[in-house]
Amino acid sequence: MTEIPILSLIIFLPVIGAAVLPFLRSDDRVRWVALAFAVADFLLATRLLLDFDTATYAMQFRETVSWVPSLGISYALGVDGISVLFVFLTTLLGWICVLASWRSITRRVAQFMISLLVMQALMLGVFCALDLFLFYFFWEAMLIPMYLIIGVWGGDNRVYAAFKFFLYTLVGSVLFLVGILVLYFQGGETFDILALMEGDYSFVVQVWVFLAFLVAFAVKVPMVPVHTWLPDAHVEAPTAGSIILAGVLLKMGAYGFLRFSLPMLPEASAYFALPVLALSVVAIIYGGFLALAQDDLKKLVAYSSISHMGFVTLGLFALNPRGLEGSILQMFNHGISTGALFLFVGLIYERTHTRRIRDYGGLMKVAPVYGVLLAVFTLSSLAVPGTNAFVGELLILTGTFSTNMTVGAFAVVGAVLSAAYLLGMFRKVALGPAVHEKGEAMWDMDGRELIAALPLVVFVFWVGFYPQPFLDVMHVSVEHLLDQVHGAYR
Amino acid sequence: MNTDMIVASIVASLPEIIVISGACLLLLVSLIPARGRMVLFAGISLAVVAAAAVATYVLAGPVRPAYGGMFVVDGFAVFFKAVVLMVTALVILISPKYLEEEGIERGEYFVLLLFALAGMMIMASAINLVSIYLGLELMALSVYVLAGFMRHDSRSNEAALKYVILGAVSSAIFLYGVSLIYGLTGTTQLGELAAALNRGGHLDPMLVLTTVFLVTGLVFKVGAVPLHMWVPDVYEGAPTTITTFMSAGPKAAAFAIILRIFPDALTVAADIWVPVVTVIAVLTLALGSFVALVQTNIKRMLAYSSIAHAGFALLGLVAGGHDGIAGVMLYLLIYAFMNLGIFGAVVMMRKGDFSGENIEDYAGLAKSHPGLALLMLIFLFSLAGIPPTAGFFAKFYILAALVAQGFVALAVIAVLLSAVAAYFYLRIVMLMYMKEPARSFDLALTPSLRLALAVTGLGTVGIGLLPAWFLDMARGAVFPGIG
Repeated sequence: MTEIPILSLIIFLPVIGAAVLPFLRSDDRVRWVALAFAVADFLLATRLLLDFDTATYAMQFRETVSWVPSLGISYALGVDGISVLFVFLTTLLGWICVLASWRSITRRVAQFMISLLVMQALMLGVFCALDLFLFYFFWEAMLIPMYLIIGVWGGDNRVYAAFKFFLYTLVGSVLFLVGILVLYFQGGETFDILALMEGDYSFVVQVWVFLAFLVAFAVKVPMVPVHTWLPDAHVEAPTAGSIILAGVLLKMGAYGFLRFSLPMLPEASAYFALPVLALSVVAIIYGGFLALAQDDLKKLVAYSSISHMGFVTLGLFALNPRGLEGSILQMFNHGISTGALFLFVGLIYERTHTRRIRDYGGLMKVAPVYGVLLAVFTLSSLAVPGTNAFVGELLILTGTFSTNMTVGAFAVVGAVLSAAYLLGMFRKVALGPAVHEKGEAMWDMDGRELIAALPLVVFVFWVGFYPQPFLDVMHVSVEHLLDQVHGAYR
Repeated sequence: MNTDMIVASIVASLPEIIVISGACLLLLVSLIPARGRMVLFAGISLAVVAAAAVATYVLAGPVRPAYGGMFVVDGFAVFFKAVVLMVTALVILISPKYLEEEGIERGEYFVLLLFALAGMMIMASAINLVSIYLGLELMALSVYVLAGFMRHDSRSNEAALKYVILGAVSSAIFLYGVSLIYGLTGTTQLGELAAALNRGGHLDPMLVLTTVFLVTGLVFKVGAVPLHMWVPDVYEGAPTTITTFMSAGPKAAAFAIILRIFPDALTVAADIWVPVVTVIAVLTLALGSFVALVQTNIKRMLAYSSIAHAGFALLGLVAGGHDGIAGVMLYLLIYAFMNLGIFGAVVMMRKGDFSGENIEDYAGLAKSHPGLALLMLIFLFSLAGIPPTAGFFAKFYILAALVAQGFVALAVIAVLLSAVAAYFYLRIVMLMYMKEPARSFDLALTPSLRLALAVTGLGTVGIGLLPAWFLDMARGAVFPGIG
């Protein structure tokens, strides 16, 4: 444990960056400073990950400052093996987002970068919070910058998409708030997450609170049938917005299940496991079929996200070590692979200003580097052995099969579907006769774009070939979590 | 009454005496014909408000009963006086330029504002139904005139007339309730009421009637359903600065007397008024939230928004208890900050021939005035109840009080309706940030208006981030005798 409040530093560094940006004169300077802060934050998070002790499930790097003492609210931070991975992922995608917006954002650059950095700070806050009030504070505040990112810098239909995103999430969140308050009074008037985990709540309370939480988290994940905001938000959002949405925001719903629903409401979680598994399978298959029918690249990736997040919730509610570890790993993987796919759609959109699949063909010939990297991420997304998602999906499926054969069998269908639409997409876009001429408007990846893509490639193969370090980080925490879940009714 | 008690009474009511004397003085000064007199009058009024604030601050601490049980200075009174003094000061700050733009530069404006302030301060301190009525009418009569201050404008005239007639009827209903309660108990003293009603034992049918009359009279003043009809018309027609004032000051003062009368003095009748107020609160919240969705005039929209907020605050009364009452108080304080802020932004739009009352007029504001747009964004998200703004904490605390008392279903209804309400605040943010400006902005920004916006902005963000001190202040100010 260090004396420096490293978590606060990681959270507030982007805010400091955001405060500096309005005073910079030129857009270029804004971009560089934003990048500097994002990279510095990433380095801090890397340091955090290196200092992290994988041998204990206890929260590490804890900070506690009393905030509203008369209501038992405190500014409490800490990370365990689950959240530390997401802190790392968030800061990694943070600077990639800045790079992805380098050329594509030309209007109100400073305001955009401010929104991006504030967004990053709030997301980090969500993953570090150990106080339920603080968690909700960050969780809900995220709506403001995200609303602006989609609504101001998005596509033609951005206003509609921004509203839809905001209102869907808000309705889910407010029920979450009531659930929090019920837990607060049932759990002895404390917002301390660790203390609330120890609480013993009656089954009726658990069921109602679980349902309230379910709405909030299901909207964020998103699970069918509350997923309809996602395609709109993804299609209209600028590239960086899509990367944040897919890479981090969707994880928050699943993180909510992990952090609150499972350990605090174990009996209700077990009670509702089957319905949630069923919804997950529906998401996997339905999302897959929807993706199959898309002609818009972003929409395709968006629906594939719904399908892939179905795997994540599937693994969570398998309620066994393999399923859970697979889920957490798959959340990380999805952030890498789908984030990368959105990045790549954004890169090509900057050149051609179209997202329709039929407008493309033979990119491999015109832009070979782009084509190869796109192949890597496509294959990683459809979980080819040797890539990251394979490990995640395999763990999830084995976990699911050991709990529920039928559900597992259906889920495998989804895996086949994802091969169909992703390979189909890759064939149409990258193979066949070239549609675009190489030249002014079409160029292969430049240095900036390569720098943004390379770390993602590294993680695709690292997790694909040697996932052990990642599993080690979360292992003890996951075991502890399962003790909390099963201890309740064993 | 001996000399000591008279002196003590005068000392206790010093802030009110300062305000009323100041108003009388200003009435004389306002006869001076001079250029730039608006700024002078505003300056004098501000000085009066500041003096009253100092007096209030000095008197705070010990409980000081005065005038033979008509009046008291306690933490509760000081809290509400602080709110109404702040509201009045901020309204004075945003007024001079607006009065000039509207061509209504008359000194009586500030005089009436000060009289209304005195009325509100008396309401905060009154602990007898008669002195409550006295404060209420002093406040109301001043505001009636202020609402019709734009004599050349038919909307302003309509507003004033509507307000006078309906306000008088509601006052009469309230007064009738007071007379009935005097008939029942032989006292109008709030402290003695509870004991007298308790002696009655079973619920007197007369008490039901009385309670309904009192609820009706007071619900009108906070603009709750079904007596909300006047709010949009009066808010739209009145000078914008007065709309600002009405939405924060008199509303807070009306809540002060509601909180004095119902949870404490009428505890015995709780079985009657709690269900009634619950229904009223939910309907108010629903109507305000839904009708605001379709408004095109920003003053009307904010009128419905203020109806919705009154509904939310009433929920705190339903929850009751120490936290419920403190919740209402904190809500009103925070609402005063954010609402004054957003109205300040409406005031600054008014310039020359341009009314700036159309919501669409805000399109593209963020492009030319990023700082102002950001401030408005903060106020709007605060009104919608999104952290990190104060509006979130205000709602949070009332919800906590509701859940603590077991009103979980009510809390769910409240949060869902406030999600509905978020839409129309969001729409203004959308217009400011996501639309192209239709015209270049020519804003009536003066240093004093900037100051008012800065103060309200600071309050809205500050209470949101560090609510502890304000929360403890509200909790400490709840009068004793509430469990």
